[in-house]
This record gives sequence, C-alpha cells and structure tokens, in this order.
Amino acid sequence: MGYCIEKTRFDEILGELAETYQIYAPRLDAQKRRVRFGKINSVSQIVTDRQSDFSAKEVYYPISQVMFYFRDDRVEISEAKDEKDFLIFARACDINSIRRLDRIFLENGGAQDLFYKRLRDKVKFVLLECPESFDECFCVSVGSNIAEDYSLAVRINDDDVKVELKDEDFEDYFDDEEECDYHAEFVTENKKTVRIPQISRDNLKTVSELEFWKQFDDKCLSCGGCNTVCGTCSCFDTVDVIYEEGSNDGERRRVWSGCMLEDFTLTAGGSRARKTPGANMRFKVFHKFYDFKDRFGEEHMCVGCGRCDIRCPKELSFFDTVCELHDLIEEGAE
Amino acid sequence: MEKNIMQPVPCRVDKIIRETEAEFTFRILYSGETKNGQFFQLSIPKVGEAPISISGKGEGYVEFTIRKVGKLTEGVFGLREGNQIYMRGPYGNSWPVELFENKDLIVVTSGTGMAPVRTTLKHFADHPEIRREVYLVGGFKDRHSTLFDEDRKYFDTCFHTVYPLSREKEKLPGYECGRVTLFLEQIPVESMTDYNIVITGAPAVIETTAKHFFERGVRPERIWVSLERKMSCAVGKCGHCKMNGTYVCLEGPVFNYTVACQLFD
Repeated sequence: MGYCIEKTRFDEILGELAETYQIYAPRLDAQKRRVRFGKINSVSQIVTDRQSDFSAKEVYYPISQVMFYFRDDRVEISEAKDEKDFLIFARACDINSIRRLDRIFLENGGAQDLFYKRLRDKVKFVLLECPESFDECFCVSVGSNIAEDYSLAVRINDDDVKVELKDEDFEDYFDDEEECDYHAEFVTENKKTVRIPQISRDNLKTVSELEFWKQFDDKCLSCGGCNTVCGTCSCFDTVDVIYEEGSNDGERRRVWSGCMLEDFTLTAGGSRARKTPGANMRFKVFHKFYDFKDRFGEEHMCVGCGRCDIRCPKELSFFDTVCELHDLIEEGAE
Repeated sequence: MEKNIMQPVPCRVDKIIRETEAEFTFRILYSGETKNGQFFQLSIPKVGEAPISISGKGEGYVEFTIRKVGKLTEGVFGLREGNQIYMRGPYGNSWPVELFENKDLIVVTSGTGMAPVRTTLKHFADHPEIRREVYLVGGFKDRHSTLFDEDRKYFDTCFHTVYPLSREKEKLPGYECGRVTLFLEQIPVESMTDYNIVITGAPAVIETTAKHFFERGVRPERIWVSLERKMSCAVGKCGHCKMNGTYVCLEGPVFNYTVACQLFD
C-alpha cells in the first residue's frame, strides 16, 4: 500500500508515531557538523543529501552501555529503561547491517547477548529510499542495496513524502491518507564496484603474508575511526568505573572497541597478538570479506556504505584496499 | 528468565597460596562442573575482567594461579582469604583427557604455562591404572619463579620430570640449567608407539617445541596446545580473541596442532 502525504501532514503523523516510538533519523548533530542518528520530530530534520557520518547502530548498540552495577558487594544487572520502541529512518545498507550484528550478538557461540537483544528487539525500520547512490557507496556489488526488513519506506520529495506501508501495525496511522502507487525503489548501480578478493582456506596464509599489508604500517594512525562509523563492527571492551575513591560502588560498562586500535589484542600480561597496523588491516579485510561469511554463510560482513573511507583522517580507502587485494590475488593466480 | 551470559557471580576466596614473589594461587569456593583446561572470567568490581585458566580443583573449589601483571591482577592481589571475588564460567573446551588415557604423555610447559595443564598432570598422577609413561619438562625462568613446588615433588614420584631454569647459570638441586628445548632430546619419542604431546606457555616455546618434535618425525595430530588471548566476554561477542575466523574462547583454548598451525592473528 502506498500513500502520498504533504510534509506538514507527515510531521503530524510523526507526532502521532512519537506517542509509541522514539523516532530516530540521520540528522545534524548539536554542532551541526556531523550527521548522526538522533531523535527527530519533523521530516525536515532528516539529512537526505549526504551519507550519515555514523551508522544507525548507535541507536540500538550504544557507544557506551552500563551492564552491571556493583553495590555493597552485590552485582545488579542494569535495568532496561522502560522506554518506547525505536522507529529508525535508515538506508538499505544500515537495515542490512543489523542482520550482521544479530549474527554476532544473538547467534555466535550459541548464546544471546541480552544487553544487545533488549534494545534490538525494540527496533523497527523506516527505509529511507536512496534516490541515487552517494560517491563512496558500493552497496550494489555486495548485495546490500536492497533491504526487505522494514515496516515503512519513504521517498522524501520537496513538498511531499511518499510512503510504502509494509507492516500492518502501522496501518492506523495512514487510514485517512491519499493512496498512491508507491513502492520503494533501490539503487541498482553505484559509482564504485568493489572487486571482492577470492580468499579461501587454501590461500589464506599466502594472502596474509603479502608485502601489500606493510604499506599500512606507515599510513594508518590506528585511530579506529573506521570501526566507529562502521555499521557492522561489533567489537567491544568492558570497562569498570568506580564512582568515588574509597567506595565499593561502581559499574561495569561496555564500550565500542575496534580491531584497528593499537591495543585491541593487548593482554594483561603485555603480549599483543597483532603488532602492526598492517596486521590489523589484514585482519579487518579478512573479517569483512572472508571469515564472517565463512562462519555464518550467506553474506559478507561489509555492506558497502563507504563511511570508513569518508572517515579516515589519512584518506586510506578500505574500498581501494579490498579491490587492490583482489587484483593481487588474481595476478598471483595467473 | 534467560541467563545473562555476562553476569559474574560472587564467590569466596578460601585460600591464597604464595607460589613466587609475583605469582599466587587463589583457591575459590565453587561447586560446579569444570573440565581440565577450561578457564573462567575473573573480575574484581571496578577493576575489570580477564580470562584465567583453572590451575587446580578439588571438592568444592577451583584454583587460579595469577601473575602480578596488568590492572586486573593488581586488583586480585589486594584480596585476602574470606574476601569475595566475582567470576563467570567455566568457558572453553578442554584437554582430551580420555584420549590421553593408557597412552604415553609428554608435557612441555614454560612458566605459568604449567597452570592450565596442572589438573591434567594431577589426574594422571592420581590414576596409575590409566597411565603409561608421562614425561614432564617444566621450564621456569629462575629459582624464584618456580611454581607448584609441592605438586612437582608428587609428580617426581610417578613421572619422568625435568625442570630447566632458563636464566640460572649454576645447577640447583632438582633443577637443570637452560631452556626447555634443550631437554626434549632425552624424551624417547621414537620408541613410543601411542602417545600425545601437550605444549603450553609462551608462543615461541610452543613453536620451537613443536618444531623439535616434527624434526623427529612426530605427526602434528599428536600435539595439543592451549592458546592465550585477550578476552572481554569469553562468549564469542567482543571479538578480541578472534584469530581470523576462529574464536579462541569458543573453539579453544585447547587446539590440536593440526588446527593450531593453521591459525594466525
């Protein structure tokens, strides 16, 4: 079912939805510099002309999250805030990212991570139709240009919003609206097409030993910015915090971590499994384009949103890295 | 209600045994099942969590031998008997102890690497009926860093033992001078028909020891190792211990060498 709704009316519907949902969308942050997922109450707040700097994961997998409180020698699980569900306006790549995070947090190791699950279960998506691809996108070549797991889809025009209703839970909101023939469309080509390296168990070791990786030792700052903006990076640290010196009261948080950080593999004993930025880059490329799919089947981890390339302060391109690796392997195979 | 896999539970520190100046064994009251080679996430509230191998166990308790390094282990060293410690586990797979039964066993350890294999050594010391020849090469740095002195006296009565000290120049009673690899030659692996080899400790020791045995015709499937990695969760979520596609917390920490030799960080 499709609807064509004037923007002022759409904002009224957003108001009605806000009684049940916390509505998030890519919007300018408080400094009006970065586009991040924040709460909105008007369609005019949604930034549509550029890719958001952060992915949607920060809504349901927060950068920092309290897991436990330690009080008087007791440990208490942090309570989930009894807040409304999330309705997130997101592009196909971000909607497809959550499936990757689900694999890790709900499936890997055979047990579910309840801190993730309790927020993830609140998520419903509004697909933000991409009228055209942004410069850094390569979603088509990784198959994440098309999303199916959404409740509503919208095309935001100058004066109106076209809405596709997919989830009947939302029918009541659109009962009185003018129907039209609208189904979300997806981009079918990007300016960039990734060449996916053919990594297998047979060539894994050889590929890992290529001189190619050493270029990153000098170039990469190990800032982890690429991990931060990635919609599929799931790694975290646990951090314990004490409220005041001499007190026994405190909390255990989990905070995002990332494989590109210098200390990601550093143990308490001082040994570090991966010692160079080149080794970190190799690990990341393998995870995004080999071992995630090898473990879970179906699809590679990378959704081709291109955010890591935009974020890198040294202008290192993950896209170029992956393509160059593909070519190197091809040449070696000849 | 579904179990929260990250939730630590409070347990009582029953006994603290000083092993060396830097290493202590903490006996903690715990009555659940554990397997040899598994580990727990030990935590001190406000300090943090780290994976620690089970180094001993008995009726109603488990033991952890911890070296004074890092934030967590400093916190552990502030503990006294009767205090409470938070932990969760056990995690990981285990040594294939049943496979080791009624076969010769070679165990090569360096430093605190003896901790994760100590319960298995004790098992075979306690059960002569399932034991054949056991060779233990237990290396330490120097006279001040030797671990499990009492246990080793017990092992001496039933195993072929040698304890090399890598940084000592003079031979001390009960010890030898040099690295563990110097004492592998005396293990008559060529005359053994059915045997397994366990190697634990520093990665370099694991590698050189395995190489030594390969050169003597040992097939990799006879070798077993235990790997140590940083872990924040130990349940396959945090990503720290991942070696390409392998999660050490889930698929390890014990690996047959046919698998371990394929793994890299």
